[in-house]
Amino acid sequence: MSEKVLMKGNEAIAEAAIRAGCRHYFGYPITPQTELAAYMAKQMPKIDGVFLQAESEISAINMVYGVASAGKRVMTSSSSPGVSLKQEGISYIAGSDLPALIVNVERGGPGLGGIQPSQADYFQATKGGGHGDYHLIVLTPASVQEMADLTALAFDLADKYRMPAMLLADGTIGQMMEPVELPAESGCTVEKPWAVTGTKMAREHNIVNSLYLVPEELEKTNFERFERYKAIEENEVRYEEFMMDDAEVCVVAFGIAARVSKNAVVAARKEGIKAGLIRPITVWPFPKKAVAKAAAQVKGFVSVELSMGQMIEDVKLACDCRVPVSLCNRAGGMIPSPDEVLAAIKNMQGGNA
Amino acid sequence: MNLNPKRVTLFCGHYGSGKSNLAVNYALWLRRRAFPVTLADIDVVNPYFRSKDSEAELTAAGVEVIALPFANSNVDLPSLPSAVYGAVERRDRYAVLDIGGDDRGATALGRFSPYILRENDFEMIFVANFYRPLTRTAEEALEVMREIAAVCAVPFTGIVNNSNLGEITTAQNVSSTFGEAQRLSEISGLPLLFTSVKEDLAGEFPENGIFPLTLQKKYW
Repeated sequence: MSEKVLMKGNEAIAEAAIRAGCRHYFGYPITPQTELAAYMAKQMPKIDGVFLQAESEISAINMVYGVASAGKRVMTSSSSPGVSLKQEGISYIAGSDLPALIVNVERGGPGLGGIQPSQADYFQATKGGGHGDYHLIVLTPASVQEMADLTALAFDLADKYRMPAMLLADGTIGQMMEPVELPAESGCTVEKPWAVTGTKMAREHNIVNSLYLVPEELEKTNFERFERYKAIEENEVRYEEFMMDDAEVCVVAFGIAARVSKNAVVAARKEGIKAGLIRPITVWPFPKKAVAKAAAQVKGFVSVELSMGQMIEDVKLACDCRVPVSLCNRAGGMIPSPDEVLAAIKNMQGGNA
Repeated sequence: MNLNPKRVTLFCGHYGSGKSNLAVNYALWLRRRAFPVTLADIDVVNPYFRSKDSEAELTAAGVEVIALPFANSNVDLPSLPSAVYGAVERRDRYAVLDIGGDDRGATALGRFSPYILRENDFEMIFVANFYRPLTRTAEEALEVMREIAAVCAVPFTGIVNNSNLGEITTAQNVSSTFGEAQRLSEISGLPLLFTSVKEDLAGEFPENGIFPLTLQKKYW
């Protein structure tokens, strides 16, 4: 049989992580990402890997911190409320310059919210989330195939830049089933001389730490870290453009919102409206240049989101508010329909932003 | 398709094998033959993408739908509506039961098994999709089948080969699983009841034992 299999998005992340050499998974179940943990529970013991259901999300992220310190590929996954609990640990991992993968299969919030899909953790994912100055590399899959592909990429980028990466999905992409061609086996290709692996009396101690007693040193570390972030913003931006060549209205959407928007763009074209789509694949770094370039050509942008409007701020910043930016959104677990997006495109085309 | 429907038909299997889609199509198939039909969605595992999604279509066709009170809502509270007892016990209607994924989902069925076994007019179907990564082979499918049988107390009586890759499935994708399905039948000792394929492919299989499926619609 061919290598193509039918998978749930959550399972595709798990299998792709295993294929990327991840042998350590720590988590705590929460809808709508539980299949990921269940898949790990079933598969990890068969390959001498570790699946551990921690007593809480806080424990799980600190176990990730530990394995990351030892230089091994490691991940945790959760959904929105659980990812909030992890924020302190994520900040420590970022402050210790460690690679790790955190998966957020978002659900409606705030608070306990609900179990239906959402993108309302955009701010949390892209603007820091925990305390202190830091970023995560944030990848947003829009298909089950991308759930797999971006998982592998997230591990690579995390290793390359020595920082945590996040896969920011939503419940729909986590739960939907699609055919997927699984990525080939891979693993870490960078040296990790900083890893805490035991000196064997042959080298100096490695110390993994986010505590700095001297403020000047902490400041210096922050500046150096942000130099690295600058390089990432330069080199690692990923996005897809759809029908943008002659577009007069540009929809910006990621994940499930981008799939709905694509249908709306096609519908708009059928009615003679020149619509196009920019789909950020990385939301940090955000495709600022692509949006800025489009701003010179379009009448306006429509930000389509499963939130009260979070990415729209990045769209406005990227285009310097040179043209109007409108919001087409649903929240609390609801998904905009293609008709709703089409109406927003028409409004922008008609100048009623 | 030649199929002698039993009073109660249960669809079980590894999650993601297509149980809900099959249950919906099978209930409509029974209804088209003028049988009074109740479809009970007692999937306590999946939060969304479930047979309740087709409730409007089923109701319009005259199929009675019973679903978990909180299905497709924001409440993550698996609970079984009392109406399921009605569906299982009322012998003047046909019942189609969509059971949740894996052994965890099938546990919910245990509550109803005494009635089903007493009446003894049931088809307990194992739905196999050999394109699911954890059931690529007959042996792996058998493992899942045994895990389910161990918790729900209703013995399997047949197999449906629902091997598919979703909307992109080709006839060749389906036919290349015939051997594996046959082997599953042999090692489990259960008959292969039929092979289900999406309706646009059904014409490519002139042989008997093909059940055409209308896929649930998505807008993305």
